[in-house]
Amino acid sequence: MATKAQNNPAMVFNTTPEAPQKKKYCRFKKSGIKYIDYKDANFLLKFVNEQGKILPRRLTGTSLKYQRKVAMAVKRARHLAILPYVADQLK
Amino acid sequence: MAAKKTAKEQVVLNDYESVIIFTPVLSDEQLKDALSKYRNMIIENGGEMVHEENWGLTKLAYPINKKTTGFYHIYEYKAPTSFISKFELAFRRDERIMRFLSTSLDKHAVIYNQRKRNGEFNQSKKDKQQEGK
Repeated sequence: MATKAQNNPAMVFNTTPEAPQKKKYCRFKKSGIKYIDYKDANFLLKFVNEQGKILPRRLTGTSLKYQRKVAMAVKRARHLAILPYVADQLK
Repeated sequence: MAAKKTAKEQVVLNDYESVIIFTPVLSDEQLKDALSKYRNMIIENGGEMVHEENWGLTKLAYPINKKTTGFYHIYEYKAPTSFISKFELAFRRDERIMRFLSTSLDKHAVIYNQRKRNGEFNQSKKDKQQEGK
């Protein structure tokens, strides 16, 4: 890949990343959280966007195992009116 | 397996948690009545109370039955499996209850609730929230 890119200046432009990104990590695995409390609105707010939608894994970096738990917790919280189903300005 | 055979009549108790939202129109006494009714119901049906939590009058994230506030109450208890359907039937029949949710607690949840009760990680959690904002 490197040799090809050196031969073709256009490819060098394509392959070089614009800004080095911080590596994402799963905060639950890192800090050892095993249970996500659906009653803790402030904590769950980290996993929803301004409209109250659940953020995808590719943005938050959560592992699949805990993404499922996050989704479950958010949905439970919505049922109990701890989080809204739809919102305009949540944050 | 061996334990099951020796104590055949002993019922297995599982950990559960029920969050109930009462209508805000109730007076303090009515609320107390309702709470003690369900507390007794758990005990009478062979369950054990583990913990109770009352959030008081709390604002709802969206209106339920045209009400914007509600009394939140959380029961944490041990009960036989068959009890939950009875318990929820009583919730549905009760006009004072706007919304409820019963969940079974896994081992992590039980530990989490215990630690929360002891106030172990309240401090660190608040710090984390401030960092996040």
